[in-house]
Amino acid sequence: MAERIPPDSQFDNLNGRSVVTLDDVSTSQISYLLRKARFISNHLPEVSQAAAGKILATLFYEPSTRTRLSFETAMLRLGGHVIGFSSAQNASVSKGESISDTVKTVSNYADVVAIRHPKEGAALVAAHAASIPVINAGDGGHMHPTQTLADLATLQSRFGRITDLTVGLCGDLTFGRTVHSLIETLCRFGNVRFILISPKELRTPQYVLDRITASESCSYEEVSDLTSVIGDLDALYMTRVQKERFFNEDDYLRLRDTYILDMEKLALAKPTMAVLHPLPRVTEISTDVDNDPRAAYFEQVRNGMLMRMALMSSVVGITLPGFAEDRPQEVQA
Amino acid sequence: MMEVTSISEGIIIDHVPAGTALKVLNYLRIDPTTASIALIMNTTSNRYGSKDIIKIQNAPDVDLDVLGLIAPNATVDIVKDSRIVAKKRPRLPQKVTNVLSCVNPRCVTSTEHGIDQIFRLTNPETGEYRCLYCDEAAEL
Repeated sequence: MAERIPPDSQFDNLNGRSVVTLDDVSTSQISYLLRKARFISNHLPEVSQAAAGKILATLFYEPSTRTRLSFETAMLRLGGHVIGFSSAQNASVSKGESISDTVKTVSNYADVVAIRHPKEGAALVAAHAASIPVINAGDGGHMHPTQTLADLATLQSRFGRITDLTVGLCGDLTFGRTVHSLIETLCRFGNVRFILISPKELRTPQYVLDRITASESCSYEEVSDLTSVIGDLDALYMTRVQKERFFNEDDYLRLRDTYILDMEKLALAKPTMAVLHPLPRVTEISTDVDNDPRAAYFEQVRNGMLMRMALMSSVVGITLPGFAEDRPQEVQA
Repeated sequence: MMEVTSISEGIIIDHVPAGTALKVLNYLRIDPTTASIALIMNTTSNRYGSKDIIKIQNAPDVDLDVLGLIAPNATVDIVKDSRIVAKKRPRLPQKVTNVLSCVNPRCVTSTEHGIDQIFRLTNPETGEYRCLYCDEAAEL
């Protein structure tokens, strides 16, 4: 039997809330979501009808198969239903309708919206217009909070904690929104040492470095060679170094292989290191790494779905049978 | 020697950064073609070397928040019956609405019609403002 949420519980206050960035979610709420996702992972049959009668609207103005399927599966696995569109061509936007009008309309049909849009800030516009919770499923190169929740859940599941870790982030650290969001969120929890591995052309922006510096318990080191630091890492977050980010092709060709993770480089890593990647992976992780137990990137996909289940059940205000809402317990793997 | 007649009712905005008086008027939404104003530009300032001064006769309510955004060191004298009855210093507003426009072409404000252009103060020490929607730094 489901436990009743105490009316003053600090944990039920995501009910009715939109999540545009992770700044909208407190660290205690993130910890709560991590605990809830772990519970869901172990109790999928029990929660399979928890959201019966609830409807998720996926408003995807640009294609993103993985994220859309993850949101939709998350709602279906909670027993809810899904409506929506998967590209702007299928939506009224092709007739010139604003985001606000579309969302106001959909608010009459659904209980929660997941929106993906190529314009930065689109999810905030939607959240302002909607009368139901809106979850940002990616707004251009700006924010993608549920990806960061998936990253955190993967660290949690591998290490039983998201603090006291040495986390390497490798590749394109200039334009990678997932990297910036992960760093900023880990800084809110503290006690993380970041090793920032990138070519000088793709270094971490100063405002992100300032964020690390502002966190008393976090520190960083910038390096350009992956092999020299991989042995120190608890987790390695890989991103793709894209050709179009370079001013000339020679630099790209010179650096490209440096940032490809293969078995030779992985041999230098700790046996417990976890390799994360927001996917899609192109060439930056050699496919033979997939079979190594340190590869955690497909686990990350599952964790993304579990965290979306945890988040959606929270914002639509449903209780999960057997889940202790108000137990501020540790989140062990 | 240049002489500018004093105003009897209105405001005097002093210590405006030299050369920016017209820009300040534009941000304050005061039309220099119709308002009764006196501009003194690039005059000597003991404090800053040079400055502009704006005198506005019968000034409507001036949005000091906007002034704080573009001329934070300015001072505002309120004039009534030819006397300065109050002095005000603008402060950096926490949020400015429909004063600045986001220059980021990827920002939703470039395509979504009917929404306000909102910037929030992100660094009070440097006076940095960022777009509420896309976090792009404001260009003043």
